[in-house]
Amino acid sequence: MTSILTLERPERQESSRARVEIRGVRKEFRQRDQVVTALDGVDLDVAPGEFVTVVGASGCGKSTLLQLIAGLDEPTSGTVRAVERPALMFQESALFPWLTARGNIELALKLGRTPAAERADRCQELLDLVRLGSAGERRVHELSGGQRQRIALARSLAQGSRLLLMDEPFAALDAITRDVLHEELMQLWQDTDLSVVFVTHNVREAVRLGQRVVLLSSRPGRVLRTWNVDLPSSRSLEDVSVMELAADITSSLRTEISRHAGA
Amino acid sequence: MPVREDDRAKEDFARISDGLDALEDNRPPRRRIDPVAIVAPLVVVAAFIGIWQAVWALAIKPEYVIPSPSTVWHQLWQMVTDGTAWDATWTSLRRGVVGFLLALVIGTALGLLVSQIAFLRKGFRPILSALQSMPSVAWVPFAVLLVGLSPSAMYFVILLGAVPSIANGLIGGLDQTPPILRRAGTVLGARGLSLVRHVLVPAALPTYLTGLKQGWAFSWRSLMAAELIVNSPELGVGLGQVMQNGRNLSDMPTVIAVMVLILLVGVVVELGVFAPIERKILRDRGLAPTGV
Ligand SMILES: Nc1ncnc2c1ncn2[C@@H]1O[C@H](COP(=O)(O)OP(=O)(O)OP(=O)(O)O)[C@@H](O)[C@H]1O
Ligand SMILES: [Mg+2]
Repeated sequence: MTSILTLERPERQESSRARVEIRGVRKEFRQRDQVVTALDGVDLDVAPGEFVTVVGASGCGKSTLLQLIAGLDEPTSGTVRAVERPALMFQESALFPWLTARGNIELALKLGRTPAAERADRCQELLDLVRLGSAGERRVHELSGGQRQRIALARSLAQGSRLLLMDEPFAALDAITRDVLHEELMQLWQDTDLSVVFVTHNVREAVRLGQRVVLLSSRPGRVLRTWNVDLPSSRSLEDVSVMELAADITSSLRTEISRHAGA
Repeated sequence: MPVREDDRAKEDFARISDGLDALEDNRPPRRRIDPVAIVAPLVVVAAFIGIWQAVWALAIKPEYVIPSPSTVWHQLWQMVTDGTAWDATWTSLRRGVVGFLLALVIGTALGLLVSQIAFLRKGFRPILSALQSMPSVAWVPFAVLLVGLSPSAMYFVILLGAVPSIANGLIGGLDQTPPILRRAGTVLGARGLSLVRHVLVPAALPTYLTGLKQGWAFSWRSLMAAELIVNSPELGVGLGQVMQNGRNLSDMPTVIAVMVLILLVGVVVELGVFAPIERKILRDRGLAPTGV
């Protein structure tokens, strides 16, 4: 099942060099006459095969950070280095509505220079992987929200990148669908050598998924604190250990947010 | 680690997600054809002919000004049987289609260039909009003086009518492409031309098609206007010329019969060519088809 990803577990001797290196990144946006500093002094490394979750208040610069890693935007100062072109799953659905589910995945394969002869098979494998093997001919508007995000995940994986960036991909889903997708994502990540940077404003989700949880401050965004999550990968959102760590992180987040009240 | 419990949890997940899949099946049903949409226009046309008949029967105006529907019908039938109608329609339609296809190529190329190159965009956009609002009949005298009484004059007028609409439709569609789709394309590795081809043009298609429809309407209108104004053996006999002859002979039934033919061509092209394409494009995207 992992063959489709060309991402088999790494040889032990493969360099442990970071997949992403962010050094002293500052990002400003100019809006007419005023300047918004979205990020300032952000340092972050993501190791091969690591699952990092990033949490922070709304508007703290999480999406901006992913855009910088994906190379969609340039930092104002500092450096962002990624080993290869990352795959990015967007906050809102970004599937192409004029294509079928299969068409979306095949386009990704094509743009990723997968030989034409292999595309159909790989596409079917990816559809099966997200358990939508028989929904390939559907148009985007014929898929439910959860199915759309699964196709978006399959399309991201079709890029064959070893670095997957996810921007609140499950925020709009109901609790049960989200649980199922968490489980699927964990399975996928365990079976492969994928490094994941997963952004969310849901602290429990961050603890459920991440090996490391990074808390960003707001205005400007910088790394406030990092938690290592030493819990079994089959943990669930309701586990006491998950809730306890989440409560700890949430209280830090509260403190950070109320800091802005006086200003 | 209690392995068994782990397995059970996995089984549970599989069941839950199968259940969700079953519930998530929300394919919209195929749209049925609405019989009212077909009958209603026919009723309106019938009512119109009824009123026409009544006005004729009241004899408010002399017979040669308002002929009866049946007189016009006979005239039309005669034109069909003696071949005039076919020849004239064919002459005009061929001209219109060739001119439109030419406009399609030029307008599309122009639209792509103008939308992608900043300098051209600043230079051409206002001019294209201005041209679009200029009635293309106004170009007829200019075209005739420029290239003489030849078919080229006709094509010239058609192009000036259709190219701005087509180019503007494409530019508008490209401009309205949601930025997220553009970024999604970039993330997937589409650059330059491949971004245009795989993302920007498909995203622009609905608006582009509106431009094409408008372009065709303008082609057809300007062609009819040109044919009415310009009369020369070199140009052959199109619908416009037949109508102009009818006018010269004060032959109202011929004039109305040709009007019916012109209208029919418009309806056939709209319903036979553009409507199915539009329906497909909109339905694929989950957008509601508008109009017929
Ligand atoms: N293109 C832009 N132009 C101007 N300001 C921007 C732009 N993009 C983001 N910003 C600003 O930068 C800040 C960070 O935005 P960003 O979208 O990264 O936040 P976020 O953490 O992803 O928020 P959310 O959780 O709501 O998605 C915000 O204050 C936003 O207003
Ligand atoms: Mg965001």
